[in-house]
Amino acid sequence: MTSSLHLWLIPIVPFAGFLVNGLLGRRFPKALVTTVAWVATLIPFLHVLNIALHFSSLTLPYTENVGTWITAGSFHADFAFALDQLTLIMLLVVTGVGFLIHLYSAGYMAHEEGYWRFFAYLNLFMFFMLTLVLAENFLLMFVGWEGVGLASYLLIGFYFTKDSAANAGKKAFVVNRIGDFGFLLAMFLLIAHFGTLSFSEVFGQISQHPEWQGGFLTAIALFLVLGATGKSAQIPLYVWLPDAMEGPTPVSALIHAATMVTAGVYMVARAHLIFDRSPFALSTVAIIGAATALFAATIGLVQTDIKRVLAYSTVSQLGYMFLACGVGAYSSGIFHLLTHAFFKALLFLSAGSVIHALSGEQDMRVMGGLRKKIPITFWTMTMAVFAICGIPPFAGFFSKDEILYQAFVSPNPIGKLVWFVGLFTAGLTAFYMFRLWYLTFFGESRAQEAAHDDHGHGHSHGVHESPWIMLGPLVILAILSVIGGWVGVPEALGGHAEIDHFLSPVLQVAPEAAEGGKSLELLLAIVSVVTGAIGWFIAHLLYFAKPELRAQLAAKVRGLHSLLLNKYWIDELYGAVIVTPVLLVSRYVLKGLFDTGVITGGGLALGYTTQGIGSVVQRIQSGNIRSYAGWLALGAAALLLLTYFGFGAHLSF
Amino acid sequence: MVPIAYYLVLSAILFSIGVAAFLIKRNIITVFMSIELMLNAVNLTFVAFAHHWHQVSGQIFVFFVMVVAAAEAAVGLAIIIALFRTRATLNVDQVDLMKL
Repeated sequence: MTSSLHLWLIPIVPFAGFLVNGLLGRRFPKALVTTVAWVATLIPFLHVLNIALHFSSLTLPYTENVGTWITAGSFHADFAFALDQLTLIMLLVVTGVGFLIHLYSAGYMAHEEGYWRFFAYLNLFMFFMLTLVLAENFLLMFVGWEGVGLASYLLIGFYFTKDSAANAGKKAFVVNRIGDFGFLLAMFLLIAHFGTLSFSEVFGQISQHPEWQGGFLTAIALFLVLGATGKSAQIPLYVWLPDAMEGPTPVSALIHAATMVTAGVYMVARAHLIFDRSPFALSTVAIIGAATALFAATIGLVQTDIKRVLAYSTVSQLGYMFLACGVGAYSSGIFHLLTHAFFKALLFLSAGSVIHALSGEQDMRVMGGLRKKIPITFWTMTMAVFAICGIPPFAGFFSKDEILYQAFVSPNPIGKLVWFVGLFTAGLTAFYMFRLWYLTFFGESRAQEAAHDDHGHGHSHGVHESPWIMLGPLVILAILSVIGGWVGVPEALGGHAEIDHFLSPVLQVAPEAAEGGKSLELLLAIVSVVTGAIGWFIAHLLYFAKPELRAQLAAKVRGLHSLLLNKYWIDELYGAVIVTPVLLVSRYVLKGLFDTGVITGGGLALGYTTQGIGSVVQRIQSGNIRSYAGWLALGAAALLLLTYFGFGAHLSF
Repeated sequence: MVPIAYYLVLSAILFSIGVAAFLIKRNIITVFMSIELMLNAVNLTFVAFAHHWHQVSGQIFVFFVMVVAAAEAAVGLAIIIALFRTRATLNVDQVDLMKL
């Protein structure tokens, strides 16, 4: 198939949906808003599916240049889109999961104010995310990168009348700016060294110069990592993601779990040729990933808000993906990205269904016993929990195991260390996920004993299962969470690791495990399953079998418990070390001294001086004709005298 | 033959009277007449020099000045009439609407 694929249609259709709903949606009936938003997401999804079906007949990588954007001397950037195996997987995830979440949102948001606004933003997000994924150069990718940040900001602050939501949106935006700064610096370095931002040209030049090692490539890679830590919520810039849970739950599922936050992983995988030349940058990525995975998981152990647990779990799982990239197993990272998109979106949507059933309640301490009342949500949530905990044969098992295996066999000296951290985190993950599962669905309902005042939520009519428009996407995602991992069954388990082979033209795959490696891989898989089972067992013990043990345990490790409950006081630390000084400097130096003193003062001084001169000079303008005539005569006389005595010598009369 | 200096002195005296009258007088018609006086003082200078240097261009300038003066008188008198109709005064000191 040599004819054009019209890739540009994929991002532009959601943009059209955004324009229609954004400009006219206020006047549309809800059904029309929904239709526009659905169609604007369905068309790209079908288009991508169509491309996927014909994928084997394409010559790859396929690029499509829509037009020139910037030309400056020898540098130029185009509106160019590219398609390869990596892009295709991302496109399928974004459009597929995106469409399901659009469906779900129609049910979840049905009673909300600003329904049209929500869908307009959601479509805007799809536009930018698809631009990010399809871009053929760093600059266009950056446009998408910034754009998803904007959409994320708008959607986190969707309930903008709520202070906490508005602040969370601001926090997300500001923290992301720090990462974007890194991305920008990386682009400047790329232009300085390569004279271009096009992926094919940059990576082509790198491939032609095997002698380039480290040096400026390390610098570029580290700046890219800074960008990725912002967008993908890694240490040290992860702090915005838990707060982002202020947004509506479908947004958390789409943007803050399945798609946008994985942009950093995608970017690292896309630029892997740069990273491969810099062992230092790779080790940094691995350490950041492992540290974040562990750190976020420990915080997740004690959180009580159902969405916050999932948020920390997302941070932790993103850490796994970084870990995979850091040990050079990019395809494993992308594989985990794929399965994570399924099960984490499902977790959030199921949590949303639970919240919907409880008319807005998010605190797990007042849930419980929901298994019988909302059985479908319970079962879909169960699939997701099993998937994330890495229980075979659910999706998460294969991807997580592959990452751990790749870390273990990595030639990098820190490979064993990050493997152990990853393994330990897997145990923690199992614990906090099953904790959530038990607290929400098992035991007796605790809703009554925490008799909170019924704050007139409008439709608090008892616990109810969600409508089918919400359950449908849940069921589809549940199926995907079960079977999604089967595309990457490792050979040690009798599979063919299709996804690694599929991605191999883009991301070189780690050398095939030797014969002894297969048994090693099997052993490691068993170890991690056992670790997960231990986590499950402890959760079962503490939250189902013997809940009275919990208080005793919390009392024994009071310091640790409070440390975790307060999220290591990282927000407070950042507040004291960064935010407060910046605020003080802004308030007293920049505003007080510079703005009020220099700028306002200077302006005022200029104004008063002019006014003073004017008040003196205005006396000349008396309005009296004869005084004007007098000045005229005086002037004429002065001129005459000047000509006569001054430079009369030159003018001979 | 009368020396040219006499004409110039007379012209200067006439011009100075014109300037002084312009500055002192309040009646706008008198002010107008003093302008004419100044113009004619200049005319006298032109004619005197034209005669002295035996050049005709000075006399031609005089015609131009007279034409312009006539036109100016027509416009100026029209303004004065309009002014008198609206303000009922010929005193220039009272015509100061443009003052700050």
